Amino acid sequence: MRSDITRAKHHGSGGGELSLEAQRRRAAFLFLAPMILALFFVAAWPLLRTIYFSFTNTSLTNLYGGEWIGFDNYLQRRELSSGRVVWRGTLVDPAWWNAVWNTVWFSVVSVLFETVLGLMVALVLNAEFKGRGLVRAAILIPWAIPTIVSAKMWAWMLNDQFGILNDMLIKLGFIERGIAWTASIDTAMTAVLIVDIWKTTPFMALLCLAGLQMIPRDIYEAARIDGVHPFKVFWKITLPLVRPALMVAVIFRMLDALRVFDLIYVLTPNSKATKTMSVISRENLIDFDKFAYGSAQSTLLFAIIAIFVSLYIWLGKVDLSGEANR
Amino acid sequence: MSRFVTNASLSSAAAAAVLAVGTTAGSAADLKYVSGAVGNAVEVFRTLVEPWEAETGHTVSLVPMPASTTDQFGQYRLWLAARNSDIDIYQTDVIWAPQLADQFIDLGSHAEDLAPLHFPSIIESQTVNGKLVALPIFTDAPALYYRKDLLEKHGQPVPSTWEQLTEVAQIVQDAERADGNNDIWGFVWQGNAYEGLTCDALEWVKSFGGGQIVEPDGTISINNENAIAALELAATWPGTISPPGVLAYQEEEARGVWQTGNAVFMRNWPYAYSLGNGDDSAVKGLFDVTTLPTGGGHDTSAATLGGWNVAVSKYSENQEAAISLARYLAGPEAQKTRTLVASNLPTIIELYDDDDIAMEQPIIPRWKDVFLQAVPRPSAPTKVKYNEVSAKFWSAVHNTLSGDGTAAENLELLEFELEELKGDAW
Repeated sequence: MRSDITRAKHHGSGGGELSLEAQRRRAAFLFLAPMILALFFVAAWPLLRTIYFSFTNTSLTNLYGGEWIGFDNYLQRRELSSGRVVWRGTLVDPAWWNAVWNTVWFSVVSVLFETVLGLMVALVLNAEFKGRGLVRAAILIPWAIPTIVSAKMWAWMLNDQFGILNDMLIKLGFIERGIAWTASIDTAMTAVLIVDIWKTTPFMALLCLAGLQMIPRDIYEAARIDGVHPFKVFWKITLPLVRPALMVAVIFRMLDALRVFDLIYVLTPNSKATKTMSVISRENLIDFDKFAYGSAQSTLLFAIIAIFVSLYIWLGKVDLSGEANR
Repeated sequence: MSRFVTNASLSSAAAAAVLAVGTTAGSAADLKYVSGAVGNAVEVFRTLVEPWEAETGHTVSLVPMPASTTDQFGQYRLWLAARNSDIDIYQTDVIWAPQLADQFIDLGSHAEDLAPLHFPSIIESQTVNGKLVALPIFTDAPALYYRKDLLEKHGQPVPSTWEQLTEVAQIVQDAERADGNNDIWGFVWQGNAYEGLTCDALEWVKSFGGGQIVEPDGTISINNENAIAALELAATWPGTISPPGVLAYQEEEARGVWQTGNAVFMRNWPYAYSLGNGDDSAVKGLFDVTTLPTGGGHDTSAATLGGWNVAVSKYSENQEAAISLARYLAGPEAQKTRTLVASNLPTIIELYDDDDIAMEQPIIPRWKDVFLQAVPRPSAPTKVKYNEVSAKFWSAVHNTLSGDGTAAENLELLEFELEELKGDAW
């Protein structure tokens, strides 16, 4: 230890600033190293492994015996004996594109509703009123319940025979007989969306609330003195100032929504109206013994999410800078 | 110095203690048994293994899994692929043997005396390339549950064909609703898109004379007139004699409607018999069972062969104890207890003539008829592709039932997809 310091001092005599810089960089690296290692092992390694598997013909029964087959899991040109050419692989699999469409639809609709509702809740919670602390805690409950539990709970609530939702609707006279929410192709996606919005709005509200509290109070005061209409205050002051926080919140939610799995797996696991990218790749990975094919779908899922997020950040930035110039 | 000595002697004593505990643990193993939990499976398991635990000194605990066999399979698959040694014994579905054969030990040499006691067809279903993958602990064949009281009240017969069932269910349902019983439905079954629907639909198709999806020799037979007729009839049920939600029902949802007294007919496995006669059941003593109907003028009915087996994991560290438990659970004593407490069907032939069973569970000897008409799912010919075949079949059926395409369209498409999946050979 002591000799280390002397050595550092000794080196230091060469060029003071640079060595201090180098020393700090080294210290920073040492502090970061455990995290980088952990990230490598829990995030990068599995990802690389999945990408590797997607170029092989690995199966679950023979995890280590896969052979390299190139892009065949993605797209493969095959010539039949009659000379007809057919294309095979995930990229021409209608089930996969159906899942992509379901996922995108689910993500856009759920995030949209959650953002609007979350912002509304946050605005309410941002106001001063009695018992605000209690309400803030209470509103987080749906988010705190594990998804598996809330999905199962909702599955019973949505049940056509014993479900409380149908019971209430019947008693209120809206419907004659119970609706089979999760069974019917027409309502399955709606049911999933209802549950997801119920569950995740509190999370959005929390993130929005954090953004709202960053806005300096004196701006509002000035607006009040000038007698600006509350609606105008919202559009001209609150919304622009809360936007950066909102953008981050939307990215978080989008990332989560694009890889949605647990809720759908519990509520409507095999309905083609709700099957998402994660659900279909798990099905291939595990149920169908097509480990490599499922890996290819997981890799595509990763790529799609990456593209989505970069696009979003890029577009968001362009907008922001345009505003700054104004 | 003296402190050092004390420390050293302490730690060596501790090491000796650990060693001693280690050796006792070696002779008395603590096994983990994994199984789906349907109905009262957990309680039944406790009752069953107590004598074995008392006799051998080993202990075993049950790791309960979801009721859906598809979910169980996914989890087991992962554990076995990861060479997990936490689970010693797996309770396996009758269709899994070809897919998981590599991960379980060969029980053949350990069950030379036991295997001949069982139905040969079941032992055969668990044998893959000469390797006995699992030992059967009970078999399953569904039956038609019907409400004696309601049929009598409205003067209707017990139906012997699907067409008759459709008619009778409608008559009784209408009459009951007219009497103010608004929650009554004619027929409940398993319509969710999962393995259970493959079982239900295979029965319709087979009992209409429409084959068994993929024949034992590997030919794909599903696209035929009789199969189309069977699905067309079934597609008329949801929303008329069956609740629309039946398309999301598994076994337990169907039993829920039945056991609260809200169904005239139910298609279910034998486990629902003793539960339906439990003290908390609204239909206690009011129902009976019979073989499933036939249809389309065909004369033999069909019941999908279910059933559960026990297999010992290749990665278990307590194989000897696990084999002993597997032998016990598949043996006559445990099977008899299981039959008495859970109304599960034994796989040991002579238990069907057992006096105690005939007295306590009069239904079991009669189930022999159901069992004789059992039809296997095509897991043997389709090998590792079975799950995908089944998923494609249940999707085609589920689409037909929910009005997404006609039976003819969906089965034609299914045939094409199966041909493609099959390739040159299964």
